[in-house]
Amino acid sequence: MSEAIVSLRGVTKNYTRGKQKIEVLQPLDLQISQGDFLALMGPSGSGKTTLLNLIGGLDQPSSGEVNVGGQRIDQLSSRALAQWRSHHVGFVFQFYNLLGVLSAEKNVELPLLLTSLSKAQRAKHVATALEIVGLGDRAKHKPSELSGGQAQRVAIARALVADPTLLVCDEPTGDLDRKTADEILGLLQTLNREHGKTIVMVTHDPKAAEYATHQLHMDKGRLIEQSANA
Amino acid sequence: MKYFPLIWAALGRRKPRTILTGLSIAIAFLLYGMLNAVNVAFNYGAEMSGVDRLVTTGRYSITQILPYGHAHQIRSLPGVTSVAASDWFGGYYQDQRNFFPQFAVEQEEYLGMYPEIVLPEQEKQAFFTTRTGALVAKTLADRYHWKVGDKIPMQAGIWPLKGGGNVWTFDLVGIFDTANPKDRGQYEMMLIRHDYFDEARQFGTGTAGWYVSKVKHPSEAGTLAKLIDNTFANSPNETRTDTEKAFNQSFMKQLGDIGLIISSILGAVFFTLLFLTGNTMMQSVRERIPELAVLKTLGYTDPLILALVLGEALLLTLISALLGLAMATMVLPSLASQLPGLSGLTITLPTIYGALGVAVLLSFIVGLPPALRAMRLNIVDALMGH
Repeated sequence: MSEAIVSLRGVTKNYTRGKQKIEVLQPLDLQISQGDFLALMGPSGSGKTTLLNLIGGLDQPSSGEVNVGGQRIDQLSSRALAQWRSHHVGFVFQFYNLLGVLSAEKNVELPLLLTSLSKAQRAKHVATALEIVGLGDRAKHKPSELSGGQAQRVAIARALVADPTLLVCDEPTGDLDRKTADEILGLLQTLNREHGKTIVMVTHDPKAAEYATHQLHMDKGRLIEQSANA
Repeated sequence: MKYFPLIWAALGRRKPRTILTGLSIAIAFLLYGMLNAVNVAFNYGAEMSGVDRLVTTGRYSITQILPYGHAHQIRSLPGVTSVAASDWFGGYYQDQRNFFPQFAVEQEEYLGMYPEIVLPEQEKQAFFTTRTGALVAKTLADRYHWKVGDKIPMQAGIWPLKGGGNVWTFDLVGIFDTANPKDRGQYEMMLIRHDYFDEARQFGTGTAGWYVSKVKHPSEAGTLAKLIDNTFANSPNETRTDTEKAFNQSFMKQLGDIGLIISSILGAVFFTLLFLTGNTMMQSVRERIPELAVLKTLGYTDPLILALVLGEALLLTLISALLGLAMATMVLPSLASQLPGLSGLTITLPTIYGALGVAVLLSFIVGLPPALRAMRLNIVDALMGH
């Protein structure tokens, strides 16, 4: 088995709403190996997005340890965590979350602005990322001029342009039709198989989960089933 | 600089709102530029006044006339090199809107004291020898298309002619300029001869409105001023003597504290602008919460988000301020033509620096609350639309 790139030990997450304490994640252990493509499944409110946010360093656990790429990210300050995310994680959202005022290439360039790369180097990386997702010819288009599938491809290019260790995808096909969803999932599969990207994907869609190498089912804040795809 | 396109794009998110807000700010800075130019022009008159000239008026009011005999007594004081009687003519040319200062002066003494007034020697001599002669500033000659040899009818506002009638006709014998072009606004006037004026006027003969004296040593100006006033103490016509600079400043104060008036107007304008721009910035950030959350997700740190929003406010106010100053520069010439004596209205470097300082302060005040809000965004909540 490959080395674990993500390791969670005894992780819990609670929210307080008024006087009510809500336990979103029960004590939870999880290992994700380098090069895995993991599909996190489960009903709404099962805690899968919360788990994804913890792995992606968007949120901090109430207790427990979160190790990603050998770093304990649950102990990092807000600033350090932001810098860690910029180097190690790429995010893909259900609704693409592109900046409408920027062209596709400027959206993809956003993570690179945080690096010390020159303008020319940034442009080269952006062009490569857009080529990988098959949108080299739409670089100057704004999100409103792209289809849903194309916008999601731009979002994927943005997620991988800084060459992160991990891709974190929250319902990446939730807003797409079946055919386009299959294209996006095929792209993620290619990134996993050919570019060695570790991917953690939250999805409701069993067909989408079939593209992953492993599936993990959650319910009421617990991991209830883990399986490997053939 | 690499973040500039991001800041610029954010401003272009809602173009009509950005343009309208920018115009509001530009108008405020247009006012700032215009009013400061007026203030500078007002104060410039006092600043450039000669340090070796004294002005003697009636003790209680500038309108209190003084007997002509005072000139002889002042002239006889040690340290005084020359004295020129002066009067305010107070007329207008053709229409009351064509107002500009006109002074009746003792021609040779007066021109001798004001080397900053320059004109050809031939025209100067013509003024000395023509009793009905008049000199006008080049700016006035250009405005009214006057040339040497013209007869200029002036409607009297204060002084009717001895034989009745209010129209004084002067022969234009010379057109003067100033040694320093910056001084043109202060010398935008007509000079007529005091001897002719005194003889031809219906009343007030043998008096002058004030006397200008030139002193030998500027360092003795204060002492001489006291000496002049002491000379006329306890007489029916007591005097008040100041340096020309102090006199001009005092004269300006009679019009009102221009600086305070301008500061008050601008204070009110910018105070209102704070609410307008602040509200726009708040609204702009509120609408972009998901986008800001995405930036934070990508690894943009809290201080960087703060800087981006502040940069947006700064860029908007700086561009608008410069636009406002540019508009002021274009409008000032036509304003100056409506304000006689202030033809030198310009946007000075200190005004530009001041405007930029105000713009930076303004952007900081209006940008900080939304920038702090953006900085403190919780990513998870913001992405979920809370």
